[in-house]
Amino acid sequence: MGEAIVITSGKGGVGKTTTSANIGTALALQGKRVCLIDTDIGLRNLDVVMGLENRIIYDLVDVIQGRCKIHQALVKDKRFDDKLYLLPAAQTTDKNAVEPEQMKKLVDELKQDYDYIIIDCPAGIEQGYKNAVAGADKAIVVTTPEVSAVRDADRIIGLIEKEEHVESPKLVINRIRSHMMKNGDMLDVDEITTHLSIDLIGIVADDDEVIRASNHGEPIVMNPNSKASIAYRNIARRILGESVPLQQLDTQDKGMFSKIKRFFGVR
Amino acid sequence: MNKTQNVTIKGTKDGLTLHLDDTCSFDELKKELDRKLSNSSRVQEEDKLLTVKVTVGNRYLDAKQQEELKDLIRRKRNLIVEDIETNVLTREEVQQLKSENEVVSMARVIRSGQVIEVEGDLLLIGDVNPGGTVKAGGNIFIMGTLKGIAHAGCNGNAEAVIAASVMKPSQLRISEFISRSPDQNEDDGRIMECAYVSGDSQIIVDRLQVLMNKRPNLARFEGGR
Repeated sequence: MGEAIVITSGKGGVGKTTTSANIGTALALQGKRVCLIDTDIGLRNLDVVMGLENRIIYDLVDVIQGRCKIHQALVKDKRFDDKLYLLPAAQTTDKNAVEPEQMKKLVDELKQDYDYIIIDCPAGIEQGYKNAVAGADKAIVVTTPEVSAVRDADRIIGLIEKEEHVESPKLVINRIRSHMMKNGDMLDVDEITTHLSIDLIGIVADDDEVIRASNHGEPIVMNPNSKASIAYRNIARRILGESVPLQQLDTQDKGMFSKIKRFFGVR
Repeated sequence: MNKTQNVTIKGTKDGLTLHLDDTCSFDELKKELDRKLSNSSRVQEEDKLLTVKVTVGNRYLDAKQQEELKDLIRRKRNLIVEDIETNVLTREEVQQLKSENEVVSMARVIRSGQVIEVEGDLLLIGDVNPGGTVKAGGNIFIMGTLKGIAHAGCNGNAEAVIAASVMKPSQLRISEFISRSPDQNEDDGRIMECAYVSGDSQIIVDRLQVLMNKRPNLARFEGGR
């Protein structure tokens, strides 16, 4: 019996889909059987980020309305031998085509076959959010170090806390620019974590590679050298129960001199 | 048949009091009251209105019956009912009273979009985040950071106060008075502060210690050494 994790944020554009794709892929790299579900019906993206768009035959709404069996709609990722599957969202209808109970039933069914079900939630707090959360056991809230994103994260955490079947959510802070954080132009990690008062499960640096990889339909985790990739792998390991220290983000100055400067508090 | 009187009128130093017996029926009571007020009329020509108190003992009167009594007394003489006193309260009234007078304690974070409303005082152990609202009929005490909106005395009690360990609210409301923090609020919030409505209808934010002078009736505890 696997567990279902919903990735949500409230605000749009903070990186829910990227986070879903990468956490899912990272878990698959760790040898887990993973099923990604895109619940952003009408505005699906996860298939594009995963590079599986061309293989979609049936979708979530087809499954729910009984036009096909679950296994027919699941798109297998060939890069991960039988480990990673995607249940894509429909593009032709909207969020109201699915009810939360139907979603819960579907997720419960998938939990029999997979270790992790990663549910990519749409932005907002309406029907789409309700559908996404209905089947989840755990939740990860993604935010960026911006006041507006943190506000919405706070709102969504409040809503998740009301869902009795979901454990207390975990926080991912995405798109961190270490130099801005250092200068105090961005909220820092501690500030966000105390404000939201939930556990931090990972921080991800703002990395151009992420966008490049997404555009190629290849999650960044598959490139082992990028900083963001390591961050997502760490998140996956923490989900698996390992305790991994937080990544040091300011690794630009490597020389001896800068170490001494840092020692004396000179930037 | 010498029946005891159901209605007795007494004059005390606080004015007239009508004692209405609680063992007869309400109709009997009304009849007797009517008779008594009519026949004992020493005709008073002056139009001075007298206020009277009515005590009804262990009789429960609903709002309609109270109105009937008041009406009856008002029509007969130049008397105005100031208050009807009864020993009986309904369960709802008691619960209402209780909830108005108790301190509700709560340990959680009030997040954006959440509204907490209590009838009496609120003791919150945790933060109020921006976009969150706490409302209380009485006072609000926050052991945590107030970053959202706090509305004390929301049923019109301007005596209510708001106290917080860290005060950086987006708005403070007490009764119908509203104050908001300045637009450029860069400070880290001040610690151990309280807000109250001053004599000139302004919300004042000050050190917590001034409360004991400004609102002495906050202290309900008596005794101790």
